Amino acid sequence: MRRLLTSTEGRLTIVLVIVCAILALASDQFLTLANFSNLLAASAVNLIFAVGLVVVLIAGGIDISFAVAASVVQYLTVFALQAVGGGNWAFGFFFAGIIGIGLGAINAALIYYFRIISIVVTIATFNAFFGLLMFFTGGKYIYDLPDWWTHRIVFFEVKTPSGWAELTLPGAVMIVAALATWVLINRTTTGRQLYAYGDNPEGARREGISVGAMTFIAFCWMGMMAGIAGLMQVNFVKEVVPNALLGRELDVLAAVVLGGARLGGGRGSVLGCVLGVLLVAIIQNGLNLLGVSPYAFKMVVGAFILFAISTSNISFRNLLGGAAGGRRA
Amino acid sequence: MTGADRDAAGTGVAAPAVSFARVSKAFGGVRALSDVSFEVLPGEVHCIAGENGSGKSTLIKIITGVYQPDPGAEMSYFGRRVDSVTPAVARGLGINVIWQDLALFPQMTVAENIAFGDILGSRPRLVHRRQMRAKAERVLDRLGVSLDLDARLNTLSIAERQIVAICRTLVGDARLVFMDEPTASLTHSETQSLLAIVRKLSADGVSIVFVSHRLAEVLAISSRVTVLRDGRKVGVYDTEGMTQSRLTELMTGKTFDAEVISGDRSAERAVLEVSGLCRAGEYEDIDLTIRAGEVVGLTGLIGAGRTELGLSLFGMTRPERGAVRLNGEPVSFRSNRDAIAAGVAYVSEDRLTLGLVQPQSIADNVVLPVLGKIVNGLDLISTGKKNDLVSRWIRELNVKVGRPEDPVSTLSGGNQQRIVLAKWLATEPKLLILDSPTVGVDVGARAGLFAIVRQLAAEGLAILLISDEVPEVYFNADRIIHMAGGRFIASYDPRALSLAAVEKAVYA
Ligand SMILES: Nc1ncnc2c1ncn2[C@@H]1O[C@H](COP(=O)(O)OP(=O)(O)OP(=O)(O)O)[C@@H](O)[C@H]1O
Ligand SMILES: [Mg+2]
Repeated sequence: MRRLLTSTEGRLTIVLVIVCAILALASDQFLTLANFSNLLAASAVNLIFAVGLVVVLIAGGIDISFAVAASVVQYLTVFALQAVGGGNWAFGFFFAGIIGIGLGAINAALIYYFRIISIVVTIATFNAFFGLLMFFTGGKYIYDLPDWWTHRIVFFEVKTPSGWAELTLPGAVMIVAALATWVLINRTTTGRQLYAYGDNPEGARREGISVGAMTFIAFCWMGMMAGIAGLMQVNFVKEVVPNALLGRELDVLAAVVLGGARLGGGRGSVLGCVLGVLLVAIIQNGLNLLGVSPYAFKMVVGAFILFAISTSNISFRNLLGGAAGGRRA
Repeated sequence: MTGADRDAAGTGVAAPAVSFARVSKAFGGVRALSDVSFEVLPGEVHCIAGENGSGKSTLIKIITGVYQPDPGAEMSYFGRRVDSVTPAVARGLGINVIWQDLALFPQMTVAENIAFGDILGSRPRLVHRRQMRAKAERVLDRLGVSLDLDARLNTLSIAERQIVAICRTLVGDARLVFMDEPTASLTHSETQSLLAIVRKLSADGVSIVFVSHRLAEVLAISSRVTVLRDGRKVGVYDTEGMTQSRLTELMTGKTFDAEVISGDRSAERAVLEVSGLCRAGEYEDIDLTIRAGEVVGLTGLIGAGRTELGLSLFGMTRPERGAVRLNGEPVSFRSNRDAIAAGVAYVSEDRLTLGLVQPQSIADNVVLPVLGKIVNGLDLISTGKKNDLVSRWIRELNVKVGRPEDPVSTLSGGNQQRIVLAKWLATEPKLLILDSPTVGVDVGARAGLFAIVRQLAAEGLAILLISDEVPEVYFNADRIIHMAGGRFIASYDPRALSLAAVEKAVYA
């Protein structure tokens, strides 16, 4: 019980339960299995992004470019698949993953070799990726995609009075991505080194932890997750649109910070990501069901972030990296 | 040439743990080390002694691969020559370090910090938390201390973190352990148990390199001592037959004699008057008067509530009951800004996090609390006024700096402490609270620091000197207050009692 109240995840769970209870009272469609399966499907892409981003935050960095990078991955994957004559899911995951990792490695290389802080690098790559994408595609949409890619895959479904509840491919991939990230950061030595490096870079260096390895692992993991999220987003919306993911970076960042990750590094968890993304999705979903304006939604999320931070032991000072100030963003 | 060199060359008996020659290191214009040789024998406790900034920590960082020496250095570990080292290589050789600035991981748990070696290595493996906890537990038992293994390190006090830093070097099979001022924030009894462990490690064949500014410790624990002065090696000496004053002379080239300076100030005007001050769980029923020109020493074991009282007087926490008067006026500080404005200055025991903004320049740190005083007509910071102020204090406190624009983090520990003092003296306070001001400060600098303190007192400043080193308050305060369990339990007059009597009363 004490841990429930003192950990960010615990408090977030309580807030989530309260929000759900209020929405359940306000709308009888809210607390149904069908609505929850919709919610999960709609959050899948954001959560895949989130578990990538949390690794970067843990390592003391930040990434602004991942959502745009995912759009770049979508286009390049389309071309790559055309080159192999259509391909299948195996090719899809392979190309999206590899291209995503490649884009992540560009960020990591700029940060590591030129010693530029990550926020500056990723704002630059955010602009560069988006500019190049719009320039080369001319802003054109792609509807002509391989059938397998846009085909809905349902793993599991049940009929309920309020409609179908189902687990689709994006949902399943989301679960795998979250589990894989959980294993990486909690169960492997590499993951613990990421925490240590984010927490105290100089201390980690003195212990012999490789700064380059940490930077590349964090940003390539982020890149891989961005690629896979891009792949799943196409499965969900069945088209490739160059600016479809623009703006997601801030939504995901908000959810991850809400989930207890610290912008100064050394802190963050997969459970926190799940809760943060769910809270944001549930508020949006609930306000939708209640017929509230979508602009109100952003306001509410903003208020939640302020509330979560000011009532938790992640004080503003902690959030910004403790007394050392913004030693490295 | 020492005995071990002959052994290594001739009979092949136990090569030295490390043997370095011609080590030099320059940082920009500052020569931190010039042509130093250094050797540690197997199982030996070897001390490095020298004033602040003499290059002790730099030498340790070179041996452990954190810094690369300038070209020309000869290095060998356990009898094997190497061309260069990295921290990972040094660790692989069984070399562990307690860093002077601790370099721990504040967001990680105590267990992870102690068994940190388990998560190292470039090949990914699964982590075994239970095993890490068990290791941490064993080491804590060995030290005879108890800490919550699952607590985040940043919830621990500085002294507890120091214990964690010590514990982590005792995990696994270290062959050579560097301890850079490990006792700086330990209590008397914790220090004793650390020294006992050092002896035991050394009996087990582990070599220890020990750095401390408490010369009594140096002489008690080591068999040999390497003395550095201004980055040069003065020599290597056997500690047998060595005295503190001789060692001080080797380190500084000067001699210092401590004498009681205590005087009676009861006729002076009261600067600080505190009555019935309470804060539950921290201190209770505090009555205290400090007069102009008076230095009051506050001592007791760690956890007695001394720092907590200091923080309340400085407005960082609010007392629950009781009254505080400053220069006769009742005051109630809502924050330390109020306290600074009213003329209270506080030099903290933890200069790494509370006292200084590490990445900022020396100059910026000095002027931080007095930004309002150095503005020009347009309310912008005047570079001229800033430079005057900075150079005045650097000169008065005799700080060894390269340039005032360098980051504070590049200064040696003792010089950082002087910058903290400079920063607060620039506020021209009426009441100066010094909380363990000499942690990590060398003998010469201590003498210098207290000469300044005495001069400030003579100018009419009221000074509260908090320290757990009884000799420090004995020789530098007009009267000594003994605090335990949050209360003032006794008061001693240095003119009436011997040092030994006061030490016995406090440490017993
Ligand atoms: N990274 C750095 N950049 C610039 N100068 C440095 C750096 N590290 C150390 N120095 C300088 O080298 C000199 C030696 O510093 P060092 O920290 O080795 O002293 P020390 O003997 O450990 O002192 P202390 O007893 O205060 O810890 C000092 O003048 C210091 O300012
Ligand atoms: Mg040092």
